[in-house]
Amino acid sequence: MNSKKKEPLIHITKRKALTWKQEWLVRLAGILIALILCAVITTFTTHLNPFGVYAAMFKGSFGSPRKIWVLGKELAILLMVSVALAPAFRMKFWNLGAEGQVTVGTLATAACMILLGDKIPNGVLILIMLIAAIVAGALWAFIPALFKAKWNTNETLFTLMMNYVATQLTAYYIIKWESPKGSGNVGIINAHTEAGWLPTLAGQKYFLITIVAAIVTVVMFIYLKYSKHGYELTVVGESQQTARYVGIKVDRVIIRTLLLSGAICGLTGWLLVAGSDHTITTSLAGGRGFLGVMVAWLAHFNPIAMVLSGLLLVFMSRGAGEISTTYGLNPSYGDILTGIILFFVIASEFFINYQLHFRSSKGKEE
Amino acid sequence: MFNFVTFFPRAVVQSVPLLLGCTGETISEKSGNLNLGIPGVMYVGAISGVIGAFLYEQKSGANFNNFLAVLIPTLACLLGSLLMGLLYCFLTVSLRANQNVTGLAMTTFGVGFGNFFGGSLIKLTGSDVPSIALSSTSLAFTKTLPFASKAGVIGKLFLSYGFLTYVAIAIAIIASYVLKRTRTGLELRAVGENPATADAAGINTTKYKYFSVCIGCMVAGLGGLYYVMDYANGVWSNDAFGDRGWLAIALVIFTIWRPNLAIFASMLFGGLYILYLYIPTGTDLAVKELYKMLPYVVTILVLIAISLRDKKENQPPASLGLPYFREER
Amino acid sequence: MQNNPIAAVSMRNITKTFGSVVANNNVSLDFYRGEILSLLGENGSGKTTLMNMLSGIYYPDAGEIMIDGQPVQISSPKDAYDYGIGMIHQHFKLVDVFTAAENIILGIKPEKGKKMDLADASRRIREICDLYGFDVDPNQKIYNMSVSQKQTVEIVKVLYRGADILILDEPTAVLTPQETDKLFAVLRNMKADGKAAVIITHKLHEVEAISDRVAVLRKGEFIGELITSETNAQEMTNMMVGHEVSLNIERPEPKDAHPRIEVKGLTVRSNDGVLRLDDVSFTANTGEILGIAGISGCGQKELLEAIAGLQAVEKGEINYIEDDGSREPLIGKDPLEIAAMGVSLSFVPEDRLGMGLVASMDLTDNMMLRSFRQGRSLFTDRKSPKKLAEKVVEELDVSTPGVDTPVRRLSGGNVQKVLVGREIASAPTVLLTAYVVRGLDINSSYTIYDLINRQKERGVAVVFVGEDLDVLLELCDRILVLCGGRVSGIVDGRTADKREVGLLMTSLQGGGDKDE
Repeated sequence: MNSKKKEPLIHITKRKALTWKQEWLVRLAGILIALILCAVITTFTTHLNPFGVYAAMFKGSFGSPRKIWVLGKELAILLMVSVALAPAFRMKFWNLGAEGQVTVGTLATAACMILLGDKIPNGVLILIMLIAAIVAGALWAFIPALFKAKWNTNETLFTLMMNYVATQLTAYYIIKWESPKGSGNVGIINAHTEAGWLPTLAGQKYFLITIVAAIVTVVMFIYLKYSKHGYELTVVGESQQTARYVGIKVDRVIIRTLLLSGAICGLTGWLLVAGSDHTITTSLAGGRGFLGVMVAWLAHFNPIAMVLSGLLLVFMSRGAGEISTTYGLNPSYGDILTGIILFFVIASEFFINYQLHFRSSKGKEE
Repeated sequence: MFNFVTFFPRAVVQSVPLLLGCTGETISEKSGNLNLGIPGVMYVGAISGVIGAFLYEQKSGANFNNFLAVLIPTLACLLGSLLMGLLYCFLTVSLRANQNVTGLAMTTFGVGFGNFFGGSLIKLTGSDVPSIALSSTSLAFTKTLPFASKAGVIGKLFLSYGFLTYVAIAIAIIASYVLKRTRTGLELRAVGENPATADAAGINTTKYKYFSVCIGCMVAGLGGLYYVMDYANGVWSNDAFGDRGWLAIALVIFTIWRPNLAIFASMLFGGLYILYLYIPTGTDLAVKELYKMLPYVVTILVLIAISLRDKKENQPPASLGLPYFREER
Repeated sequence: MQNNPIAAVSMRNITKTFGSVVANNNVSLDFYRGEILSLLGENGSGKTTLMNMLSGIYYPDAGEIMIDGQPVQISSPKDAYDYGIGMIHQHFKLVDVFTAAENIILGIKPEKGKKMDLADASRRIREICDLYGFDVDPNQKIYNMSVSQKQTVEIVKVLYRGADILILDEPTAVLTPQETDKLFAVLRNMKADGKAAVIITHKLHEVEAISDRVAVLRKGEFIGELITSETNAQEMTNMMVGHEVSLNIERPEPKDAHPRIEVKGLTVRSNDGVLRLDDVSFTANTGEILGIAGISGCGQKELLEAIAGLQAVEKGEINYIEDDGSREPLIGKDPLEIAAMGVSLSFVPEDRLGMGLVASMDLTDNMMLRSFRQGRSLFTDRKSPKKLAEKVVEELDVSTPGVDTPVRRLSGGNVQKVLVGREIASAPTVLLTAYVVRGLDINSSYTIYDLINRQKERGVAVVFVGEDLDVLLELCDRILVLCGGRVSGIVDGRTADKREVGLLMTSLQGGGDKDE
């Protein structure tokens, strides 16, 4: 049993803190390697020229002013969701329910448009839609937050289940409102009167959405970094004990933060229905609730950095859409590529925090 | 009227993917790995099986052999799920990445992987069939015992299922036994509760985490395979598997990390999943959509109930979700 | 050791770094079978790190380890066990939801083809207990055990695995004097058995009582060794610190003492209904240090947290007495409401990084914890906390790269200085401290005692929960002894003796254990 043990082949230690420049270089390297790997995989599975594929993706994202605007809108919506999640995550509240919070926001907006359509002035209608969407989103986040605050109920699964409840609720109303009857969908709401549609600013349909997202992002950045609320929720996230010790009311902070988180999701739903799609389906949120988690995490919950991580993911999905039309591939191919890039970015965090020592190189170092 | 004899088998059929997913996730969580990638793994398991079966059906032609028709997709499914498990382990165990984010990325990847190959398999292989309908393979998977149909109500309730149903139940029972009664199970639980302690006791925590996550993924992957081959009669359609992966994860808490309880809990959930078909709603189709909420609402109520009475033994593994680095200080 | 010239363990030129911190620099250390070696050093001098390289937790960057003269590689705890090395860590390595027996057999590879046999293991555990005089119920769950029971399980675990080289990292920190005596008796038994043992402790009288030899580390370097019988506490301290230190704690006479905090019939239950404090009554006076002694987990935490407004109370009164004699109840108020009453109450909790400070935040942000609400602005003011942080760093001699370093990166003593500095900065009238010098080296400890004495002279009512009876007896004016959540006595710090207090700590038979 006392046979001679070998020195470990690879030995891992924590490394000294890197400068933020080095950190971003590591992440960039991760993304580059991922893109190369994606190219190789693309060639093997589809026998297409990977450069052609990337060129097509680039064209799909930036190929024309219209495409750039669509990209901007997609980024804005995704950014809104990610920014909404940031305070909750910084508080270590794993809100996987953004999907549902956005969905109820779309539902509330659509409900106002359908029910109040031509009965009140358009400005008032849009305002009521806005309030309804924000209240609905906030409510959807409030329920799990309340139980988390009072009884420490597992929020990850609670919020996740709330997504499906929201989806089914929307499905119920879609059948109620379907037009024409029996079609199973609602169609464009107020197609003739355009009641409740957000106005076109500066000649661009998506201008308003982009502006709203930019404002929300900057405000959230300031809120998290400089406000008393932002400080409180960070303390709660790091240690609830410490928070109580200095007299922070933990349950109140949890609920307040989630109300904010849900309200922004609701606002996103409002933008989606009133500003972009003008209809309601069960999947308007389109998985952004989950994608937003990753955007937020990749940016270390810093709203400004989320613009970059969000752009990366939106570029992938827009690009994948282009590939599918150009090459007749299934659009899910984009999800595969996105997944691969995420894996590499996740992995690159390791090389930021840890250092490897190999057996052979050891003698030379010391 | 509510007909239990027709309802129960349908509930069981619904329960099998949930049971396999739940058992797999439990094995993984017991070693401290909260794998939110399980929904993706189940997609990959399913599509791997489909690819295996598709290729076999294309190649075998007249020499179609029932045994191989089961074996090849099963092995393909296990291999696909294993690779996903290894990926998750490499990122979270070896590279100590955040488990939640890794899991979500795996789900994005896995669902995309399933839908991509589901949608493009025919084009990629240059076949001339109109859609993926693996009816011969499915028949092999759903074969029941020869006397089942003659055994009346008992046969209908208990013997009318394909072999994977019984495999799922067997896996759950074995997993329960191993976790609770064996030294391997004890050490596995120690790794999930307190990896530093397990490590100091000389247990190879990395090995245990890798094995339990990978086995967990393979078990969960079988759930995906069952769904396509047995439940869906060999027909792949994109996104049809839906949210079952997430429900399976919720079921883990519902069953307080006990796979043997999951056998019954999954049937209960399976029943809730299809209950809307049995509730008379007249002409109001919309109400059915509300009934479909049932499994989720019940899950939420269960989560609340469990949080209200917290007992030491019913808590999640103490280090669930946390990476372990021996030289942390 | 004369008749066994080959060292049981010989560590040669060991170096270990963590990031930019050098924990051990070129350390060489030998110890032999049949002897007990004390490893002495201030906090952060690298004692635990050095021993963790023997137990396989850390792997050295450079250097060589030999066991019985044979060079070995210890790259995991399993390797360490294979070489017969067993370590009892300062923070117990036990799985809470497992039984004692399950914890003890954890990680032992069974003989081929044998199933797990807990009954057989329990039998062997009882044999070991009988041999050394332990009392362990193999089927008891760890979370139902007291600290001393947990430690016994740790020792049995090491013996069960047949270790003959034992390392104990601050094993007495949580024990009463009586329990410590029992532990030392066991260690002497093992020494007579021919086992080698290393004990890490800060208590010099224990070093003198148990060890044959003393090795001293300072700032990660090996300073020298001494034969215990040929040295004394003063010499050891000087070696450890590197310069002359006075080992006397001053105790100024209380001036103008009058009641400040009055506790009457305080009864507290934990969330799961266990009685934590049972009918506790006492008064804390201004300008006086009231010591609280007791086995750890006897209600000290609950008592301080109840006064600080962090613990729900079942029954009883806690009153704050103003200078004019008027009483204001504190019960039912949270820390914010207490502060709003104009009561300046400071609290240095036991768990510094879990409760008093936020580990990942920098010094400035941690200073802000107490003051961030000031002003009506929606935004936080970071300027004055930054000034305070700089002041604390300068006045208390905190060693840190800067005020924007996360406190997690600081060593234990410096973390404590930051916390105490902040709590004192608010000019409190009541200062509650829990185990304020736990894990601190002599130098830092004396700095803290000094700070507390300054507060006392300012007329602050100080409540000092401690574990080292020698310190309590030297520092405090009065000592309240808790046992199983009850007050078993209040003694005068100037006249009481250690045995008396030790007996009071265990006087209500088994009280501590029963309520755990």
